Amino acid sequence: MVKSVTSLSNSGLSNWMLQRISALILTAYLIFMVGYFAVNPSPSYEQWSSLHGSMAMRLFSLLAILSIAVHAWIGIWCVLTDYITVRLIGPKATAIRMFLQLAMIAVILFYVVWTIDILWGI
Amino acid sequence: MANMRTMSFDAVIVGGGGSGMRAALQLAQSGYKTAVITKVFPTRSHTVSAQGGITCAIASDDPNDKWQWHMYDTIKGSDYIGDQEAIEYMCKTGPEAVFELEHMGLPFSRNENGRIYQRPFGGQSKDFGEGGQAARTCAAADRTGHALLHTLYQGNLKNETVFLNEWFAVDLVKNADNAVVGVIAINIETGETVYVKSKATVFATGGAGRIYASTTNAHICTGDGIGMAMRAGFPVQDMEMWQFHPTGIHGAGTLVTEGCRGEGGYLINKDGERFMERYAPNAKDLAGRDVVARSMVQEILAGRGCGENGDHVFLKLDHLGEETLNAKLPGILELSRTFAHADPVVEPIPVVPTCHYMMGGIPTNVDGQALTLDDQGNEQVVEGFYACGEAACVSVHGANRLGGNSLLDLVVFGRASGLFIEKQLREGVELKDATEDDIERAMQVLNRINSSQQGEKASVLRAELQTIMQNHFGVFRRGDFMKEGIEKLKALRPRIENVQLSDTSNAFNTARIEALELQNLLEVAEATAVAAEWRTESRGAHAREDFQERDDKNWLCHSIYLPESQTVAKRDVNFTPKTREAFEPKVRTY
Amino acid sequence: MLEVSIYRYNPEVDSEPYMQAFSYDTQGKDVMVLDVLEKLKTEDPTLVFRRSCREGVCGSDGVNISGKNGLACITPLSEVVKNNKLVIRPLPGLPVIRDLVIDMTQFYAQYEKIQPYLINNTPAPAIERLQSPEDRAKLDGLYECILCACCSTACPSFWWNPDKFIGPSGLLQAYRFLADSRDTGTEDRLANLDDPFSVFRCHGIMNCVQVCPKGLNPTKAIGHIRSMLLASAA
Repeated sequence: MVKSVTSLSNSGLSNWMLQRISALILTAYLIFMVGYFAVNPSPSYEQWSSLHGSMAMRLFSLLAILSIAVHAWIGIWCVLTDYITVRLIGPKATAIRMFLQLAMIAVILFYVVWTIDILWGI
Repeated sequence: MANMRTMSFDAVIVGGGGSGMRAALQLAQSGYKTAVITKVFPTRSHTVSAQGGITCAIASDDPNDKWQWHMYDTIKGSDYIGDQEAIEYMCKTGPEAVFELEHMGLPFSRNENGRIYQRPFGGQSKDFGEGGQAARTCAAADRTGHALLHTLYQGNLKNETVFLNEWFAVDLVKNADNAVVGVIAINIETGETVYVKSKATVFATGGAGRIYASTTNAHICTGDGIGMAMRAGFPVQDMEMWQFHPTGIHGAGTLVTEGCRGEGGYLINKDGERFMERYAPNAKDLAGRDVVARSMVQEILAGRGCGENGDHVFLKLDHLGEETLNAKLPGILELSRTFAHADPVVEPIPVVPTCHYMMGGIPTNVDGQALTLDDQGNEQVVEGFYACGEAACVSVHGANRLGGNSLLDLVVFGRASGLFIEKQLREGVELKDATEDDIERAMQVLNRINSSQQGEKASVLRAELQTIMQNHFGVFRRGDFMKEGIEKLKALRPRIENVQLSDTSNAFNTARIEALELQNLLEVAEATAVAAEWRTESRGAHAREDFQERDDKNWLCHSIYLPESQTVAKRDVNFTPKTREAFEPKVRTY
Repeated sequence: MLEVSIYRYNPEVDSEPYMQAFSYDTQGKDVMVLDVLEKLKTEDPTLVFRRSCREGVCGSDGVNISGKNGLACITPLSEVVKNNKLVIRPLPGLPVIRDLVIDMTQFYAQYEKIQPYLINNTPAPAIERLQSPEDRAKLDGLYECILCACCSTACPSFWWNPDKFIGPSGLLQAYRFLADSRDTGTEDRLANLDDPFSVFRCHGIMNCVQVCPKGLNPTKAIGHIRSMLLASAA
């Protein structure tokens, strides 16, 4: 059992499941959007804002951005723990990885908050 | 060597193959401080190459099977110079030892009823030879040795045995009382030489098939334990008895299990004739290995060999069908396709008798204690010194080993040695410490090799030795020709002792190891040669053209080669089993 | 003459590794790579590599042959020689001790981590534990592993985290015990594997399957472990 405090969860299985569930949600969101634009190639502002004004769509978009957050975090965490390691780049690796992970959290949080602000600001 | 490090253990096992790891397991479970010195990572040991199985009367194939029948077969197979007390112990204890392996996780193949699958092997019978062919060899497909070795390694990991992996034992350290108090060993990775001190030193160093040019044995089978014992002045037994396995792949030497014939395969000559029907009308292809190997050579000599040069015969398997072959002999399919470029599903495998097993070795009793002769020629136990497995000659194989009995030998006597040493340690072992001089004496060979300035390459000398053994001490032997071989070996000795070591570095210096192995090969070869020339009869694997008959009046005995005088003495065969009357020698037919 | 290029490094002599050129006379024969190494060692005894059984069952001589991991003893020249050139390097990703010999400590440590032995705390019967041929068949393709490390050292996830990711070989063995009807340690074994590294660093790129000299399929075994983890959590 390998322990890791920076991992989203200490269960590899949970991470793996979240990665897949979030991917499914994002795929669904993508398909919906592609379908919407197929039917409505150039929506007007009213059409666009009424779509995103509905509660169902707001929740769907919220789910999508949270999925991006989870998916990105697990993925980036994985990449960082593969390459930014003491084994590969020396003793400074831990500090660099921590910094990059914090930066990543900041970016993800920023986008999540901004998205909520947009969706509920309509 | 004041600056040499000493490591101390209650017991040290030299060799990480089947018998060594079985002994280690026993000792590790007992809580005594045990180390295994092994020149290769344990699962690279030659046990891994055993294919067909482990013969044992577990009464799975035949619920009425009896260990006494197995005992009878083994004694007959040994051509009556196997020690009956030891054979009795092996056959009787066998089932317990095999069940232990199964409980440890060995993935045996299974019958429909869930019990261990057993296949017929050569020389097996029911009802003391009266009830026809038996199927007594417990198998894990055709990878039984691999499965067994890995299981034992896993058992040792579970019990936290200390492994000195890739350490090479150089020589025995003896104290003033001629007792063994450890070994000198080299850590191959670093080149460090260490005195490994121990109250019990177990040699489980395996065979020495590499004395022959053509062998089924791994590169590592160089008789290190035999060489070390002989250099320490201890005798070796029955060294003239070398088994030539009937089915080594022609050209490559790799083994094709007897299980192929057990599953229904058979040998054919160039006319497609199943020739074993002529040589062994009852057992046919499942006669003793010595019988089959000799028959094959006779076919070849009679001009009925296969191939361009008529120098091999064929092993036919295609009639068994692809499904059976895939299920029962998957490893053989791989080996044949790789090394013989023949797919056994559609074509026969070219095979030839190939050096396979050393029946001789360090003489021991049933408890694994090494034996020597005192000045009056009386048997004596060497304190602190034990041997088991192929390196030992407790003599369960006599003049010819039956297929599947080697794996049983390993686990039964590895276990027995472990049990006995555990008892000894519990009772307390007091051995005199080795003096500086004692240690220095054990360092002689290593010092000589390390300081060699000129001389010949190990590879050249090794090839020469192998050629001599192959040509002069093969399947059929003749006095004058063997004498010539002995002279050649004598001439080779100073050259081998003076082998050049051009690489003197410390890190993973395999040139140094090969130079040391060569010293051991020479000891084994010489003992083999002298003992073979000495025994003027034909018995088991020892077949002489000039003495074609077995001579029980003069030769129903072990040979004991005494390295210091380079002479051979006779030792009585044990005919006193504990639970029944002895099996008296009979004419041996199959 | 075949051109053979071999990775050389002796820590006592060389400040850094280099490739040395040898030539080998095949005499028109398709020999194994190990035969080439053995022959070259007779010419240059300082050339160092591991070998034992020379028939592909002991797992000693795993090396990187013209870019692909494999066992020298069962790899014929015809499979690996391109443009009359043969390149032999140590298995990648683990420290080199000397020439073609690598330090396999981390590889073995991962093997030991998975508790590679049968766990069964029920009292052993007087005979063997029974197992149906069907249950035994589940071990085929698993128990045959020879610990040669060809797979794990072909796996990038193992290169990056050899101390945390168990690697294809160890996981194949983990599943060998999970799949054994005689083993009762399933729950414990699964609990030990459910972290973000041990199993889940496998991204299924199947390098292991491609190089396994015994034709085994670690990726499939890892898939089975994942399914078992899922089943036990769901």
